[in-house]
Amino acid sequence: MSALAPYLEGYAAYPKPRPWLQALQQQALQRAEARGFPQARDEAWKYTSLATLEQRGFKPASSTVTLDAITLAPLLVTGLDCPRAVFVNGRYAAALSRLPQGVRVVAARDADESLGALLTVPPEWQDDTFLNLNTALFQDALLVEVSGELTEPLEFLHVSAPEAAAASHHPRCTVKLGPNARATLIERYAGLEGAKHFTNSVVQIELASGAKLTHLRLQEESLQGFHLGRVLVSQAADSTYESHNLQHGAAWARLDLAVALKATGAAAELNGLYAVGGRRHLDNHTRVDHLAPHTASRELYRGILDGQGRAVFNGKVVVAPHAAKTDASQANHNLLLSRGAEIDTKPELEIYADDVKCSHGATIGQLDEQQLFYLRSRGLDAETARSLLIGAFAERLLTLLPSLALAAHARRRLGAAVSRINLPEPA
Amino acid sequence: MLEIKNLHARVDGKDILKGLSLEVKAGEVCAIMGPNGSGKSTLAHILAGREGYEVTSGSVSFEGKDLLALAPEERAREGVFLAFQYPVEVPGVNNVYLLKAAFNAIRKQRGEEELDAMDFLALVKAKMQFMEMDPAFLNRAVNEGFSGGEKKRNEILQMLVLEPKLALLDETDSGLDIDALKVVAKGVNKLRDPKRAIVMVTHYQRLLDHVVPDKVHVLAGGRVVKSGGKELALELEKRGYDWLKDAAA
Repeated sequence: MSALAPYLEGYAAYPKPRPWLQALQQQALQRAEARGFPQARDEAWKYTSLATLEQRGFKPASSTVTLDAITLAPLLVTGLDCPRAVFVNGRYAAALSRLPQGVRVVAARDADESLGALLTVPPEWQDDTFLNLNTALFQDALLVEVSGELTEPLEFLHVSAPEAAAASHHPRCTVKLGPNARATLIERYAGLEGAKHFTNSVVQIELASGAKLTHLRLQEESLQGFHLGRVLVSQAADSTYESHNLQHGAAWARLDLAVALKATGAAAELNGLYAVGGRRHLDNHTRVDHLAPHTASRELYRGILDGQGRAVFNGKVVVAPHAAKTDASQANHNLLLSRGAEIDTKPELEIYADDVKCSHGATIGQLDEQQLFYLRSRGLDAETARSLLIGAFAERLLTLLPSLALAAHARRRLGAAVSRINLPEPA
Repeated sequence: MLEIKNLHARVDGKDILKGLSLEVKAGEVCAIMGPNGSGKSTLAHILAGREGYEVTSGSVSFEGKDLLALAPEERAREGVFLAFQYPVEVPGVNNVYLLKAAFNAIRKQRGEEELDAMDFLALVKAKMQFMEMDPAFLNRAVNEGFSGGEKKRNEILQMLVLEPKLALLDETDSGLDIDALKVVAKGVNKLRDPKRAIVMVTHYQRLLDHVVPDKVHVLAGGRVVKSGGKELALELEKRGYDWLKDAAA
């Protein structure tokens, strides 16, 4: 049976959208079928096996699960009171949401053709199987179009709730910022305990000249869940994209974050923090394309690994032939807390231009024995000293978060992830 | 207070301490001097509980307890404090946090209540002023980016806050200019107390001009080869260590 069979079956049972979207979805499915799932021999998937995902099937189904505000409450970020678009198992939950102006949710089944432009995929992603599955299978899409300034952050919250059969959900979001527009997007994936789903999300971001988007992405799926994310960013002249990507959840997760700096003055800052334990697996693939002169990117990713946790970091930076005066830096630091943990880190620089400034570095280390001894010699017990040093390692990124409420939330999540880091094998 | 009997220890298979015996009484300020490689710093590290030292025989008792059986943090809570020769930088952990955690861990051991944040801050600020330190240091990461002198001052500040029963100073005078040395000495003198013992491990007389010891012990070849009063340090300053090395051999 093809890995795609459950998805095709699921699609067949979906309500039919209007013809224009049906045509787009058919095309996406054909492309997915032609390409299939990535294979282990595919370099980009060498360290992240899709075997379990394939084996589980995860047939998409229109979920009937609804949440009330009381069930949702513990999943919310304390102190973060902002407009919010809540999706439960891929479906929009209007009763739990409050949308600001310029933000709307469109259901696939009755979307008109104006949605088409917002679903257009960059050519280099047109053959990406998971993106194509998302295009065919998303139910409700969040559309954010900002011409001035979103004064408050907007939270795009996807909640996975347990269902009778473990299904896949395909959240979709497009963000378009007009010239000089400003916005903060908080993209968050939370899971209720016991949700054994597969989230396959796609977020497309387009920044016009001078626009600035601050994008916080928190992957906090249930520890039995599977998560695959795509964030595709396209930047015009003098636009700024600031990303904070925190991955702590899911039994198996991968994020592909691709940023195209298409015109002079475009700048991207990519910050990432991941923590993994048990026998869980987290993968961060980032790619920055410098396609114009005088573009800049800075990237800092840190990872904490315990138990038999495994993480992958792959950071690719491509400098196109005419992109002179590119300024790109990348660093990835990993803290290994156990012998069984494993990190595969790979910076990839492809530079086709002269007169550029590019640097990269990756480190893998353990807790510093001298620091541990120093703290213990002051009366702190070994466990406290350890968590203090782990926290300090993470703090470098947490202090960069633009929201204190979110930083506090992330700190608690991380605390939980670290103390619970020796988790049993996902069921 | 501290009784070391016939201590033998090795590092990486190399014997460093070879039958060291020493007694330090409450209220005493003593200096442990000796040439490089005599085992001074090894002794300080073993007393604080650093890993990597193998004690092959002998005993160390602190207020009647077997010190060597205690973990480093237990020693600290019992009242042993080591001012490091090379204070460790701990990026991401701020000074006031460490001070407070250490202070409360020690109070808890003594069966005392934790001090509330405001009272603690007032206490620390007063001690910082005494050590002529900028209060801004409190919110900086522990020792990160500090100059050599600032690190040493920070060690003494911790000591003043934690009020140990036994203060061990490992080459605290090294790398200090004269002004910093005076401030550090002022801090150490402040701690002189009939209930407290202070042990200064040092190569030179310099610090002893400012913190006058009651006793001076000379280490050579991993043993105490001579003990005396403060005048012994002056004699060492004049004559060097060679005449004692011969005595050790």
